[in-house]
Amino acid sequence: MRAWLRHHGVSLVQTLGRLARSPFSTILNVLAIGAALALPVGAFCVVVNLEALSRNISVEPQLSVFLAGNTAPADVASLASQLKGTSGVRGVRFVSRDDALADLKRGAGMEEVIATLRYNPLPDAFVVTLSERDPALADRLERQFKALPRVAHVQGDSVWVRRLDALLQLGRTAVALLSALLCLALVAVTFNTIRLQILTQRDEIEVCSLIGATRAYICRPFFYLGSLLGLLGGLAALLIVLGALAVLDRDLTQLGLLYGTALRLRFPEPREMAAVLWICVALGWLGAYWSVSRYLLLFERR
Amino acid sequence: MAIISFSHVSKRYPGGFEALKSISFAVEPGEMLFLTGHSGAGKTTLLKLIAAIERANHGTVLVGGQNVSVMRAAAVPYLRRNLGLVFQGQKLLYDRSVFDNVMLPLVVTGQPYRDAARRARAALDKVGLLEREKANPVTLSGGEQQRLCIARAIVNRPALLLADEPTASLDTAYADEIMAMFSAFNRVGVTVLIATHDQQLIGKWRTRVLTLAQGRLQ
Repeated sequence: MRAWLRHHGVSLVQTLGRLARSPFSTILNVLAIGAALALPVGAFCVVVNLEALSRNISVEPQLSVFLAGNTAPADVASLASQLKGTSGVRGVRFVSRDDALADLKRGAGMEEVIATLRYNPLPDAFVVTLSERDPALADRLERQFKALPRVAHVQGDSVWVRRLDALLQLGRTAVALLSALLCLALVAVTFNTIRLQILTQRDEIEVCSLIGATRAYICRPFFYLGSLLGLLGGLAALLIVLGALAVLDRDLTQLGLLYGTALRLRFPEPREMAAVLWICVALGWLGAYWSVSRYLLLFERR
Repeated sequence: MAIISFSHVSKRYPGGFEALKSISFAVEPGEMLFLTGHSGAGKTTLLKLIAAIERANHGTVLVGGQNVSVMRAAAVPYLRRNLGLVFQGQKLLYDRSVFDNVMLPLVVTGQPYRDAARRARAALDKVGLLEREKANPVTLSGGEQQRLCIARAIVNRPALLLADEPTASLDTAYADEIMAMFSAFNRVGVTVLIATHDQQLIGKWRTRVLTLAQGRLQ
């Protein structure tokens, strides 16, 4: 056990020493990995922020229920109670055809147009406020209200909600694809770095193998190297993203001040940053594993 | 029990070249012996079979009672820790000091640093390189490099020392010095097997000689 710990300590120190002895190529490697990973991490932050923003939009989800012409006041009253009693409905406001026309008249230049009308073409309507902004709920209620008697037409505002949702979904998919692609890049970079390292340390590997080093002893520094590259790359990516977010946040706050609202960007949580680092370490290890199994074992039997 | 025992061992390299043909011999613990023959006679191959660097196609190679020809790859490192190898092409590491080169076999087996350092210095002392411990191996002469290889081979106190042409490219004085070292190790109980084509050297030492010719023992 103590020998095992000592082995790990020695490997780690050796690996750190090796990275420190060629600082230039280490920095370039770390930057390459960091810049590549900053893209998906940054894109993820943007999507998360847009989602948060879309949740906070103050526009309430509403359905407009237009009634057929000549609906008797009694029917209007019964419809109102029916709408109020539906689950998922928070409020119902009646807009009579006269109110609607008066409302319309207030629009600039509309009075002359309306004066040419011989009768009021507008129907009575209910404005139904939904309890939450859920496209599925809006869809369901829209269908349900259409089936009610005396209802001529239901106009949902769920269309743009769904559009926004679809757009965000597109964003999430794009982030996922980008992440997959650049994770592959990380694996490729570590694979290649470790391949070069194995070739430079060829003599050492051969000597160690001849004097009784186990395969685990020989492979270990390369696994450390891969994981460390992943970790440093991940840290670089996070620093890049946090820096970019800080700059954007400053501009956004300025913009928010002009509109009289407090706009703030949501920064990644420590939990999310830790996850990013773990993934980077795992991917670096994977690149090292492939490289070691491909190149190291080639001259094991020599 | 013999420390090395070959019975009907044949080695054919990929491509068909048959380096060893049905070799049988045994070496007792504490022996010192020469393995000789022209270049290409199979001396290096025979040593490689003992250290499991190559595997026999036929026959049994027993080293310290273990059958090396069928040994699992994972067990090979533990076999090699009991061997001292002084091979051609030296394979010293030039990115570290003389001292660190000798430390390597002890680091590989996970020895505590203090013990390892003491043993490394003792090994360097035995080959007369103690005062050069901080030097880079590049700055050593050919004879000194060979002695460094020997120090690295004996630092683990192996029971068996294998040397492949240890005196090649050394002048007679250096060669005698190296041979005297091997003889000293042998006197403290190390079994020493030296492959050499230098008949003059063999003539000076009255020990058993195995002669290979075209892959067969004469």
